[in-house]
Amino acid sequence: MSRPHRFRLTAAVAVATAAAFTLAACSSSGSGSSSGTTSTGGGSSTAPLTASAPGITSTTITIGSHQPLTGPAAPGYDEIAPASTAYFDWVNAHGGVNGRKIVYKYLNDAYDPTTTTSVVRQLVLQDNVYAIFNGLGTPTHLAVVSFLNSEKVPDVFVASGCDCWDNPTQDPETFGWQLDYIREGKILGQYVAQHFKGKKIGFFYQDDEFGMDGVKGLSDEIPASQVVAKESYVDTNVNVAPQVAKLRAAGAQVVISFSIPAFTALLKLTSLKLGYNPQLVVSDVGSDPITLSGLLESFAKQAGATVNGNQLTQGIITDGYLPGLSASDSWYVLFKKIHDQYDAKEPLDGNFFYGMAVAYTFVQAMLKAGRNPTRADLVNAINGGLPQGPMEAPFAFSASDHDGVTGAYIGTIQNGVIVQQGPVLTTDATATGAVTTYSGTEQQAPASGIPSP
Amino acid sequence: MSTLPRRLATLIVVAAIVAFLSIKLSAFRDYQIAEVAYEVTAVAGLTVLTGLSGQISLGHGAFMAIGGYATALLLMHLNWPFVAALVIAAAVTAAAGAVVGIAAARLRGPYLAGATLMLGVALPAVAYAYPATFGGDQGLDVTFTVPASLSNSVPPTRWDAWVGTTVALVTMLLLANLCYSRIGRNWRAVRDDDVAASLDGINVAAARIRAFVVSATCAGVAGSLLAIITLNVAPGAFTLALSISLLTAAVIGGLGSLPGALWGSLLIILVPTYATDVATSHGLSSSVGSNIPIAAYGVVLILVMLAFPRGIQGGLRRLVALFGGPPGREREPERKPIATPEHSEKEGSS
Repeated sequence: MSRPHRFRLTAAVAVATAAAFTLAACSSSGSGSSSGTTSTGGGSSTAPLTASAPGITSTTITIGSHQPLTGPAAPGYDEIAPASTAYFDWVNAHGGVNGRKIVYKYLNDAYDPTTTTSVVRQLVLQDNVYAIFNGLGTPTHLAVVSFLNSEKVPDVFVASGCDCWDNPTQDPETFGWQLDYIREGKILGQYVAQHFKGKKIGFFYQDDEFGMDGVKGLSDEIPASQVVAKESYVDTNVNVAPQVAKLRAAGAQVVISFSIPAFTALLKLTSLKLGYNPQLVVSDVGSDPITLSGLLESFAKQAGATVNGNQLTQGIITDGYLPGLSASDSWYVLFKKIHDQYDAKEPLDGNFFYGMAVAYTFVQAMLKAGRNPTRADLVNAINGGLPQGPMEAPFAFSASDHDGVTGAYIGTIQNGVIVQQGPVLTTDATATGAVTTYSGTEQQAPASGIPSP
Repeated sequence: MSTLPRRLATLIVVAAIVAFLSIKLSAFRDYQIAEVAYEVTAVAGLTVLTGLSGQISLGHGAFMAIGGYATALLLMHLNWPFVAALVIAAAVTAAAGAVVGIAAARLRGPYLAGATLMLGVALPAVAYAYPATFGGDQGLDVTFTVPASLSNSVPPTRWDAWVGTTVALVTMLLLANLCYSRIGRNWRAVRDDDVAASLDGINVAAARIRAFVVSATCAGVAGSLLAIITLNVAPGAFTLALSISLLTAAVIGGLGSLPGALWGSLLIILVPTYATDVATSHGLSSSVGSNIPIAAYGVVLILVMLAFPRGIQGGLRRLVALFGGPPGREREPERKPIATPEHSEKEGSS
């Protein structure tokens, strides 16, 4: 009788622990916290600055965030908080917000919701932050929305396009910021319906709230008879060959992809391998040309091939709600100046622009909240609407709508840059709301780099 | 002193220490006490399963999910008091544990690990399949407040710490009694040699299933606590990483030891936060700072395993023995290290 009765536990534990580390490790960068150092500036009013709310002193405004600085979501996204910090450093060096310096403390949650619940409580209960700003990720941030609202902590400009942040009756403290995936789906869907009439269309999407919201928006605009295949992927399985084969077998001439950058790259490379070359239409989240071309080249290299990333991204249709990377744009000029002064080590790409723009919106909201704001003042200020600032389309913000930006332009990737095609389009998040051309004009960046109150 | 009064005395001392700390420390530390409470409840169940009955589970996060969702649904739809929801959540998880346990009793070693791993990965996905009931990605919000009579004097996190600690201590007391009863002795017999145990008239399968049920129930209670402490249950909270961290805590603390479950949980909860605090307060360079906590956690795990191969509790016991602790008072079961290489080889070649 030589059956090993007992499990070799030591080995199992070693394997499990190793797995835990693999999950926890991966890339990282970004600092833990940052604060300005120069002296206080003046405000136009003469009322003395007081400690009007938790996290606000006569000299500082302390805000917090949870960010994936390590783990699978870190590449690319870990540039966002340093970019916001760079903008706050700029504001602090130019007088601050009503004379107060912004102290931005962001903690690493490694994109793990259990860690998020812990670090956000640390920020709120121990570090006494005034607000949680730009907390990143859908599953991560969902774990703390209930807590933040029960503690009445402003939860502003969540870094995720989930429609779930727009729930003002239940979660009055929570606000979105970026274009939500339903609106984005409608805008991309309308473009495809108009420009690819009668063509066979396939969907490729991430199997979660992100992809499903996107498909919801697409389905509102694209006639069901044109859609020949709907294929989803899970972000833990990098083999997308079965999905791509089905898209090809269904004869899809246009593939619309709601995917994160790594899976946009996998979709493109797998299609190439199968000799399949549909027109790609990719959500903003998964189409940053600089990130994408880097991923395409490194994935191909791992498989022993050499490709030119920019050649492969050529012609991809996408959308954008942030200012483009063009030297003639006033926002580009401003953001590049701040980049070179405060965050020159990081690439000047879409993630950097994102962090800059969301920090700019926060400063707008703080200025509107008043000289000695309470937490409720910030929420009320945003409920009263915000100017669009660097965004391409206006914000939806009102007491009954906590979605962020409402529109985007369609662009194509040409030589590694997104080139705008046609006007900015806006819409709402309902199934019936029309997609219309935005008639307003883009705002210019202020010369000082700081929004006027 | 006989066993039960001694355990009750320990329990009261621990409760008093926690009560004192919860009043002295900040709200965030109270939250951490509550975190340790749910962690230790789950780890205690797992350490009994693995250390005493010799079965492994890489999917205990799934049982926590069952307990958490059951609690959330009962609080939300039926407005039950928490205690009632807790009891039902425990019962539901026990039933789930029985089903898994029946399968587990037939599986050995890596196959059992694989099956429970699958459970841990797959079960939370049920929430996506039935979004109307389980709220999909967003999960369910949980309302849990301080009772009206105390709401002016007790802050919410302190209340969470008290409730969590009470539940954890009661669970530990029940587990301790169970482990030294006939049932616990049967588990150890089955763990050490199932053939010998069955020759002695022990129903091996029943003992294994019983251990799984007990262990799953503890995880369900822990999930229930997690729901009221974090105010939300969502599939994202019950990942594979959670299941593995439970096992890590059990091993680090000392498999099969209930005090060990406490040491392991304290380590798992406190080391990352402490390391982050140190890293951020020393203004370390960006790419180093965010990796320090992970590295520190890893180093601590390695050091503990090197210094105390039987976990922290095993190490403490050894230290006490070295410095001449009272002989013969040792009532903890003397556990052989499970399946050391030479042991399994001997067994394999016999």
